[in-house]
Amino acid sequence: MTPDKTKMANDPSKTALNLQNVIAGYGDTQVLNDISFSVAEGERLAVIGRNGVGKSTLLNTLMGLTDLHSGSIEMFGEEIQNLPSHKRAINGLGLVPQTRDIFPSLSVEENLMSGERQGHKIEEAYALFPRLKERRKNGGSQLSGGEQQMLSIARTLMGGPKLLMLDEPLEGLAPVICDMLMDVFEQLASDGKHTIVLVEQHAELALEFSDRMLILDTGAIVFHGDTSEVRQNPSILERHVGLGVT
Amino acid sequence: MQETQIKPAENLAQTAAPARSRKFLIKLLIDLALIGVGIAAYFIFPDNLGFITRILIMIILVLSLDLVLGYAGVATLGHAALFGAGAYGAGLFAVYFSADPLLGLLVGAIVGAIIAFISGLFLMRAHGLTLLMLTIAVAQILQEIINKERAITGGSDGLLGIDMDPIFGIYAFDFFGKTGYLYALTVLVIVFFALKILVASPFGAMAKGIHESAPRMRAIGTPVYWRLVGIYTISGFIAGIAGAVSAQVTELVSLEAFGFALSAEAMVMLILGGLGRLYGAIIGTVIFMVVHHTAASIDPFNWLFVIGTMVLIVVYFVPEGFMGLPVKLRRWLRWQK
Repeated sequence: MTPDKTKMANDPSKTALNLQNVIAGYGDTQVLNDISFSVAEGERLAVIGRNGVGKSTLLNTLMGLTDLHSGSIEMFGEEIQNLPSHKRAINGLGLVPQTRDIFPSLSVEENLMSGERQGHKIEEAYALFPRLKERRKNGGSQLSGGEQQMLSIARTLMGGPKLLMLDEPLEGLAPVICDMLMDVFEQLASDGKHTIVLVEQHAELALEFSDRMLILDTGAIVFHGDTSEVRQNPSILERHVGLGVT
Repeated sequence: MQETQIKPAENLAQTAAPARSRKFLIKLLIDLALIGVGIAAYFIFPDNLGFITRILIMIILVLSLDLVLGYAGVATLGHAALFGAGAYGAGLFAVYFSADPLLGLLVGAIVGAIIAFISGLFLMRAHGLTLLMLTIAVAQILQEIINKERAITGGSDGLLGIDMDPIFGIYAFDFFGKTGYLYALTVLVIVFFALKILVASPFGAMAKGIHESAPRMRAIGTPVYWRLVGIYTISGFIAGIAGAVSAQVTELVSLEAFGFALSAEAMVMLILGGLGRLYGAIIGTVIFMVVHHTAASIDPFNWLFVIGTMVLIVVYFVPEGFMGLPVKLRRWLRWQK
């Protein structure tokens, strides 16, 4: 997608996201336990962990889709924990959910139009995902899994997010599609306009893509550091996720 | 990793453009044919212009309902509140200020929109049964206010004394309803094409998105509540137009303009035709009113039985309404082979 000219280029010395002592969950049920970390502008952060440790809840909490029990969330210097989710999106936060959540009865074009905001044109989304242009009149329910994921990502990009959160975007997709999507993420991360938080089960892909890594276990951070550290010491992954890195 | 194959699409881009042009042409021809039918009816049924004008007015009302119910998924059983507001707005304007039809039409539309905006501010916070009950309550409250203000509105006797000026100072409303019919047809065509543009725009896609998943729309940056208030206000504007045309053509407005029966009938017409398609509003209204008219003239006491049976059959066999019939038939024929 063509960069938004109104936005400043990323400055790594500035903080894109800062969480302090976040405790959150669904209703009275607590899922995230005292989460604190920060992400610099333009940085790529991978969040990994076993199933059910709270990775998606973390992204949903940032988006305002869960119940925040305590703690603060700052995005680009502004506290957002009390903002409704649509205002967080307008302020530059974008979430590609694990469930994709495309609108099945709407065409590809309508799906994109539904997320359109001033300055972001559908043609830019088509330039990033040419296949969506070919399918523009097809209903969301007529798309393959890979196409649905492309649509979900493109629709989020239509809102012009500065901080893009991707929740297991490669889940259930063919290797060729995974490679293509990783190329797109690489393109977005390198354009100087996006900070990316990637939740991913495939530790190797996450390591390859990200600058820093955060490992969650039962709702708490058990590791937070540079990916180079994990590469040098693969036992970190083995210990916390039960995975080895080849 | 689970394998997910993407279907080959090399030739899609080449074949899609002519197919799109063909579809556009077909839709344009259908629209022109519909306008042609409207004009033809003027010559074929000169003695029934009053009845057909009522159909045209109801189509405008049902189109406005389609915007909120069919596109945005907001269930309402009080749409007559907006119709009645437009009718009384235009009627009172004609009696006390100016009898110019176009000015009155604008006033009716604005009154409908204002009532929709004010009521929408709290209605759009409700859902499900609560919302349905509240929409009925709004219509009942407005009806009672008009009833109480008898000195101005005529109360239960209805608003009398409407005597419209000729349109553009040239075309006077005549006893046979010729001018009224062409006036209503023109307004309907303008409303229909305006709505077609609206639902094809990002605003329309946003309304459909809210219908599909309001939480997801919030997560992609849509202030759902205010958008729903906006959609309801636009719908009120159009329902107000329907009410205004009704007041101007019949030169009478009664409390029934706010009636629950009108709201319920509009919803039945929309369900019969098919939700969220605009054309469904036209087909459903025409079929409902023609069946109603015919059944009531054959058996004035039991015509509701015919309507009820028709609704049951459609809802059970073609839940998408008459607009879904071609697809159903095609599937059935394929199955027969």
